[in-house]
Amino acid sequence: MRRGIPAVAVTLGLALALTACGGSDDDNSGDATSATPGSGDSLVVWVDETRQAAVEVAAEAFENENDVDVELVVKNFEDIRTDFLAQVPTGEGPDLTVGAHDWLGELTTNGVVAPIELGDKAGDFIEVAVEAFTQDGQVYGLPYAIENIALIRNTALAAEAPSTWDAAVAAGQAAGTPYQVLIQTSAEGDPYTYYPLQTSFGAPVFVQNEDGTYTSELAMGGAPGQAFATWLQAQGAAGVLSTDVTYDIAVEAFKNGESPFIIGGPWMVDQFEGLDLSIDPVPSAGGEPAQPFVGVQGFYVSAQSDNALLANDFLVNYIATDEAQLALYEAGDRPPALASAAEEASADPITAGFLSVGEDAVPMPSIPEMGSVWAFWGVTEANIISGAAEPVAAWDKMIADIQSAIGS
Amino acid sequence: MPTQPTLTGDATDPTGSAGGTSGPPGVRSRERDRPARGPVRPGVFVKIALMAVVNALGVFGVLAAWREGHMGILAAMVALVVVADWVYFSRRTLPLKYILPGLAFLLVFQVYVVAYTGWVAFTNYGDGHNSTKEQAIEALLLQNERRVEGSATYPLTVVERGGALGFAIVEDGEAKVGTADDPLSEVRDATVDDDRVTEVPGATVLSRQEILRRQAEVTSLRVPVSDDPNDGWVRTQDARTGFLATPTLQWDPEADTMTDVTTGTVYKATSDGSFRNDEGQRLNVGWRVMVGFDNFRTAFGDERYAQPFVKILVWTFAFAILSVVTTFLLGLFLAITFNDTRVRGRRVYRTLLIFPYAIPSFLAALLWSGMLNRSYGFINQVLLGGAAVPWLTDPWLAKLSVLGVNLWLGFPYMFLICTGALQSLPGDVLEAAKVDGAGAWRTWRSVTLPLLLVATSPLLISSFAFNFNNFTLIYMLTRGGPRFADASVPLGHTDILISMVYSVSGLDGTAAKNYGLASALSIVIFVIVATISAITFKRTKQFEEIS
Repeated sequence: MRRGIPAVAVTLGLALALTACGGSDDDNSGDATSATPGSGDSLVVWVDETRQAAVEVAAEAFENENDVDVELVVKNFEDIRTDFLAQVPTGEGPDLTVGAHDWLGELTTNGVVAPIELGDKAGDFIEVAVEAFTQDGQVYGLPYAIENIALIRNTALAAEAPSTWDAAVAAGQAAGTPYQVLIQTSAEGDPYTYYPLQTSFGAPVFVQNEDGTYTSELAMGGAPGQAFATWLQAQGAAGVLSTDVTYDIAVEAFKNGESPFIIGGPWMVDQFEGLDLSIDPVPSAGGEPAQPFVGVQGFYVSAQSDNALLANDFLVNYIATDEAQLALYEAGDRPPALASAAEEASADPITAGFLSVGEDAVPMPSIPEMGSVWAFWGVTEANIISGAAEPVAAWDKMIADIQSAIGS
Repeated sequence: MPTQPTLTGDATDPTGSAGGTSGPPGVRSRERDRPARGPVRPGVFVKIALMAVVNALGVFGVLAAWREGHMGILAAMVALVVVADWVYFSRRTLPLKYILPGLAFLLVFQVYVVAYTGWVAFTNYGDGHNSTKEQAIEALLLQNERRVEGSATYPLTVVERGGALGFAIVEDGEAKVGTADDPLSEVRDATVDDDRVTEVPGATVLSRQEILRRQAEVTSLRVPVSDDPNDGWVRTQDARTGFLATPTLQWDPEADTMTDVTTGTVYKATSDGSFRNDEGQRLNVGWRVMVGFDNFRTAFGDERYAQPFVKILVWTFAFAILSVVTTFLLGLFLAITFNDTRVRGRRVYRTLLIFPYAIPSFLAALLWSGMLNRSYGFINQVLLGGAAVPWLTDPWLAKLSVLGVNLWLGFPYMFLICTGALQSLPGDVLEAAKVDGAGAWRTWRSVTLPLLLVATSPLLISSFAFNFNNFTLIYMLTRGGPRFADASVPLGHTDILISMVYSVSGLDGTAAKNYGLASALSIVIFVIVATISAITFKRTKQFEEIS
């Protein structure tokens, strides 16, 4: 924004700088002026780069029909949550933004997001997608994609899907590859990717209500959690799991045919071109079903939007269409959240595979307490795998630490 | 300017002859009294044009601030524009003409930021206390208005009746119209087309464009379905369909309370920025309030942090001091080596040595973190022949790695400044030392080094301050890990104070955000760095006097 400053007229820059300071973010002083309160003729939408083109398709139809401008502001996906939280209260945020469902707790706690009414459309979506955006009986976002991890199998190296973890390891050994099963771990751990294995021991992160929503009561302590920890240590000692395997290393190794299995999501598939793949459920390690987390991507409406009507209209009547959802699917490779669009996308066996694994999955908790869990969870798992920590004691300490972090 | 007679009053003004475009002020005021003066110099027009631009931008800024309702910024803008005009058109403000731009930038980028941080440190700004009280109330009411379970959605038309907006819906084939004060009632002679009301006698149907122009009114409109408020009201979010909703929270502005309609619980506004009931339960959206020294108390008083804080403080000092010392020594050594005229191809070496300096440090740190991976890293695999040295996961080795990578990143800078300082050493002093019979070592120790230190010590101090807050390196290389085994907070052996702030305040997404606490901790860090810098600068000054 400072590109046009003649060196002499320094105060010029000053004027701009001062207006920018009000927004506490100089990238967006431009948006602020265009999203003039009450002007009602322009809808500001934050998108990230991958989704930009797809949203443009829906926006174009909307613009033609309503004679309004839809202004897409491209941002880094990682920055969106923080910027949205910071800018909505100042009145400079967007009317709409893309986001993930697990931001919900933070967004509602801070009062920056408005509920939307899907009306009869609610039934058109895959159930878990709407469920994920629901809090206290209110829907806060329009879902457009669901994503979950699964077991990706290189059919050339393993002909059949393993039903248990031990079977998978055995199949990996039979294939004679350097790795039996690849899971991204790293020194900080990756509890998201390890979650299906954890649930197979009957240790979900939080206690769930009957309707699928989460309470703030931790459920991964006690005997099931300790059993999972002990299992992690055994796998680490046997060399099946290793904290040195980062995302890049895992993907690279699978691409080179160094393992028949990798546990991962649809975002990896692009890099496995040329391999014959099959998508299977994550094998159970502890006997119970292995349930991965489902993440749902969607659009949020700002609580301070002056264009709430336009924003809701755009979402409910333009984004919740097969056309828009399929365009977003093409852009991001995640299965659509609208049931009819998902069905169409299922023509692709990979997408169908992830969708069918997702049917047994659980939404990732979006309660604010979840924020206090990640930091302890991953590192503890990593320390147990690497042998740096004694499993049961480390797991119990982790539970205590999380509990005190939630309580504070 | 030989043609211009210098007047006695300006004789002492050193800038008088260098007045440039506008001329020295004192001269011009008297020039005007002399009608025989030639045409106005072009510089004046340039100045007026530039000032016009400055003023135009200033007015733009004022208008923008007004529109956004930022009164503080508006006042600051007005003040700055007035001051700028006064400074550049007055004849008595010559020094200010040079200082003002810098001063203005200092105000905006330093003073404002520091003051803002200071203010945040005394508030509870963070998750759950993100905005103003009005917005919190608005959000609570918005979040607690429920669609009546199992109720239908109605095709909805927005109408205007008697100056008030209203809704027309179709229920069971009958058209009903109502406004905010007038519950929905049947209208017999309304035209219904395709399940939607298209015409209502005595009311105008709003066009899409009119609706969009008044969308805030439309979305906030609640049309009761009957005289009994408990029956709920019809509202809409897209002006196409309406639905039946009832509030579960009621706001009483007089008593400053929120009442839960379903349970009758009363939540009172409290001084900590939230609504609480008698049992202490709070509603989830709060607002920002001043909390005094609470954040500082948490920073030092929370026992979960006390123990790691001491360890981290010690390591921060060790890291900053060792980083400066090692990079300086290596840079100095190389500078001396390549300053020797006997070294061939010095320019090539010098260029190569700047290389680490050219790579962005966060990228370099990331690369290094990959190269130091225990099983797959370049260092272990290629250089050490497959040895599994836990460079980044053993507490001591991780510290060593951090220092090593920082050495790699930092020595080119020291090399540059040492080369510069060495080349500017007066040759006669060295010559004199030689004549006096001093050997190479003695010359270096007693002449070169002291002179070098005088030139570089301010840079060493700033380098210390930089490394004290070298967040990028820590975050990209180890993320503070390996984690303390005995602490109950997510902090690790290589965390320095600034990365501790980042994690404690939840900015990394692993805890609830707390900008107030983060600001308080950064103020503590600022005080530490400022104190050390002040002391060292004072000592450097003594040092300078001795030499």
